[in-house]
Amino acid sequence: MNKSGWLFIPLLAFVGLAILLASGLGRDTEELPTALAGKPLPTLQLPSLMRAGTEVNNELFLGHWTLLNVWASWCPTCYVEHPYLMQLADQGVRLVGLNYKDDLDKARQYLAKLGNPYLEVAVDESGSYGIDLGVYGAPETFIINPRGEVVFRYVGEVNERSWQQRFMPLWGEEKQ
Amino acid sequence: MKRVLLLLFLCWPLAISAVQDIYQFENGADEQRFRELLVLLRCPKCQNQAISDSDAPIAKDMREQVAAMVRAGHSNAEIVDYFVQRYGDFVSYRPPVTPQTLILWLAPLLAILGGGLLVLIQILRGRKVARGEDVL
Amino acid sequence: MVAELGHFCLWLALALAVLQSTLPVYGYASGKTWLLAVARPTAILQWLALTIGMFALAWAFYSHDFSLSYVAGHSNSKLPLGYRLSAIWGGHEGSLLLWVWILSFWGLLVSLLRGRVPTDIHALVLAVMGMIGIGFLAFMLFTSNPFDRSLPWFPLDGGDLNPLLQDFGLIIHPPMLYTGYVGFSVAFAFAIAGLIAGRLDPLWARWARPWTTVAWAFLSLGIALGSWWAYYELGWGGWWFWDPVENASLMPWLCGTALIHSLAVTEKRGLFRAWTVLLAIMAFSLCLLGTFLVRSGVLTSVHSFANDPARGAFVLAFLVIVVGASLSLFAIRAPVLRHRSGFEFLSRDSFLLGNNLILLSATFVVLMGTLFPLIGEALDIKISVRSPYFNAFFVPLTMVLMLLLVPGMFSNWKKQDGRLLMKRLLWLAPVSVVLGLLLVFFSAGEMPFVGILSAVMVVYVILAQVSDWLQKSLAFRSGLWRGARRLQRSYYGMLLGHIGLAIIVAGVTQVSFREMERDLRMLPGDVAEIAGYDFTFVGVGERVGPNFTALRGTIQISSGERAVTTLYPEKRTYLAGGQLMTEAAIHSNLWRDLYVALGEPIGDEAWAVRIYYKPGIGWLWIGALFLGLGGFIAASDRRYRSKKLEESEVSE
Repeated sequence: MNKSGWLFIPLLAFVGLAILLASGLGRDTEELPTALAGKPLPTLQLPSLMRAGTEVNNELFLGHWTLLNVWASWCPTCYVEHPYLMQLADQGVRLVGLNYKDDLDKARQYLAKLGNPYLEVAVDESGSYGIDLGVYGAPETFIINPRGEVVFRYVGEVNERSWQQRFMPLWGEEKQ
Repeated sequence: MKRVLLLLFLCWPLAISAVQDIYQFENGADEQRFRELLVLLRCPKCQNQAISDSDAPIAKDMREQVAAMVRAGHSNAEIVDYFVQRYGDFVSYRPPVTPQTLILWLAPLLAILGGGLLVLIQILRGRKVARGEDVL
Repeated sequence: MVAELGHFCLWLALALAVLQSTLPVYGYASGKTWLLAVARPTAILQWLALTIGMFALAWAFYSHDFSLSYVAGHSNSKLPLGYRLSAIWGGHEGSLLLWVWILSFWGLLVSLLRGRVPTDIHALVLAVMGMIGIGFLAFMLFTSNPFDRSLPWFPLDGGDLNPLLQDFGLIIHPPMLYTGYVGFSVAFAFAIAGLIAGRLDPLWARWARPWTTVAWAFLSLGIALGSWWAYYELGWGGWWFWDPVENASLMPWLCGTALIHSLAVTEKRGLFRAWTVLLAIMAFSLCLLGTFLVRSGVLTSVHSFANDPARGAFVLAFLVIVVGASLSLFAIRAPVLRHRSGFEFLSRDSFLLGNNLILLSATFVVLMGTLFPLIGEALDIKISVRSPYFNAFFVPLTMVLMLLLVPGMFSNWKKQDGRLLMKRLLWLAPVSVVLGLLLVFFSAGEMPFVGILSAVMVVYVILAQVSDWLQKSLAFRSGLWRGARRLQRSYYGMLLGHIGLAIIVAGVTQVSFREMERDLRMLPGDVAEIAGYDFTFVGVGERVGPNFTALRGTIQISSGERAVTTLYPEKRTYLAGGQLMTEAAIHSNLWRDLYVALGEPIGDEAWAVRIYYKPGIGWLWIGALFLGLGGFIAASDRRYRSKKLEESEVSE
């Protein structure tokens, strides 16, 4: 009844487990990658905040690299990130805003007070376009490529650090 | 005139019960499906909570979307798929069966079978010893 | 000053733990047996030192010493005294102190209650426990010191204890749970001591058994308390979420249940030594794993204590050392584990082996489901695992477990006559099916096939256990009650345990398939109906609590003409941090809970109100009480305290 070989199995299994656990340390478990990566931007047909009576649609994103920034006047982090968005706009980065579940007057006041970095702002009052994008909280920023496809989604404040580390590597590059 | 009064009189009991279910459905089966989906879909923002348990705004939006889709007659699978398209597999608490998740589903089965085999071997060995002991 | 004293005590405890672990082992290995005697006094002193440490921390909370960052983070000047004291374990650092204190308390008990355990084994057990203590004390002192001061700048008032924790549940759940969790270290220590000394005979099992059973009982109660607490506190009526932290406590419990059964076989027959030792190592390893999971941030959980990779690395290293060493020892000491006895295919031994298999499979399922998101990260996919996965395996496993429980219990050791067994099952099976079906169809509500199967199993187990009790009691031929009194306590432990399981399964089945819920918009005066009860929304008023303000709803419940109760659910705003909390209101009786929670205000006068009808939920807690009681009674069996080494066993 030679059992000795079998008896090492639990040890081996444990070693595997330990490696798995070690690999899990330090990961950011909260970050959720976008489900839309590589796919076209969902059909957009929303009223414009800036030009009353007109609509914002997908054509706006064709032919250029664009940042789609989800923001609202009730979102504290949006206030914090706003100056950097102004800076990006000055540098020539193309920004389109999505006003998410907000009050129109408050949204206009927000832009009037802090400045407007956006080329256009689409109004998503109900949040249903947000669901189409897979948004779960503001602020969120998407990179859209010239073919109108979603490349990347970032949750949180866009600032110098996140721009350099997360956005720059993907910006302006044509991926096959 | 009399007919109008009669109609009003008949509607009176309905007028009293202003209590409304926040999510209203035509029938019990729909309501049941709604409840099932609420527990199945995960709130993308929260720390591991279903949209049934969460107060987050996105959870509320998702609940309303689910209710609307149930009322419109979409199946549970379609509704889950709708959210998976937008939020990824993460949003469903039932892990999909894909080549990558196969290990998740198969491993317990293999463990049970493997363990069963081990147990069987041990029983057969035990029997051999027991029978060897019986000196008749 | 007091805090510095507390801090010093922790260092003292660490020093004592080092002595407690190294000297006896050295004494054992070198033959200097006088060193073995060091174990007992060092264990007792360690407990003393940690008790003073606990008092020091308690004093800091009592006296509002916000210069300690831990106190500042978890307390407030307005926090009521009861919560101030239980806030000691409301956060990561303090809960570690509780962990280590409970470990030293178990050490104290093991020191004082030596029983018939030989000196060398006893010393080795204490030494192993000392080693575990070193790990946790070091972890605390080097990374998570509850006595850290945040001088020179410290807050005038604290950040307050998380409102979710300001509850009776915090006072009892962690201590109860940790007592169970940590208690498995004793079983572990006995296993290691047994491996080292080369003694894993039935006597060894007899020494280890009561300790293990008591730890298991506490763990059962601790888990049930946690579930009950989540149920009434979180406001959503859920009682189990398969959250990683919950799973972290369920896995040792499943393993522990297999362990107590396996120990029975080793004690009675000298068999399954390898299984028993492995289960003891596994159960405790799972406890350590649980400690790792809830503090490392590796998995997302609502319950996570801490989210610190650095701390996680420390615990992981400790885990690797402890478990790696014990499993290596296990593998190397193969000859010690060989057994000489045999058993037939149809025997209690076989059934219990099957029991081991089922419970370990269940443990594996929980482990897999809990860790899979981690595996997914490695494969670069992000998925979520919860009820659909776990239930898919758990439900069939539980049904099979219950099915085999009965013939297992009816069978004799070594060899069971198949025909006799069939005779006993022959009336039991159809009666269970019929009774089960009757119960389901004559009680209100729908039940799918799984529920019906479950009901049949519940009846089957209870009938079998009761009929077995009758048969065994009457076998003394001196009347039922005289005979019943002669049955051993370990038999009653088993009876309570099995019936407790059946009650829990009944409760789970009932509440899962028959609960009803309504999400309503109500105006004052509105009446809503659910399951034959009428809920009248009277209105919402204001109330001021010790450290919160609340909006308090009044709901009157009646059934037909009869008034049942008035419930007062609240929506509280805590003053210190401004957190919003939902306090549900519940009316319980033996058959069902009526559960009400306030949502948000809608418009001027209307409120969103959630009402639940939860039948059978009380059975979960009652069943768990049976489990705990059964464990305590079994552990108090005469033969563990008897001077005689041989006992004539009438039952079992």
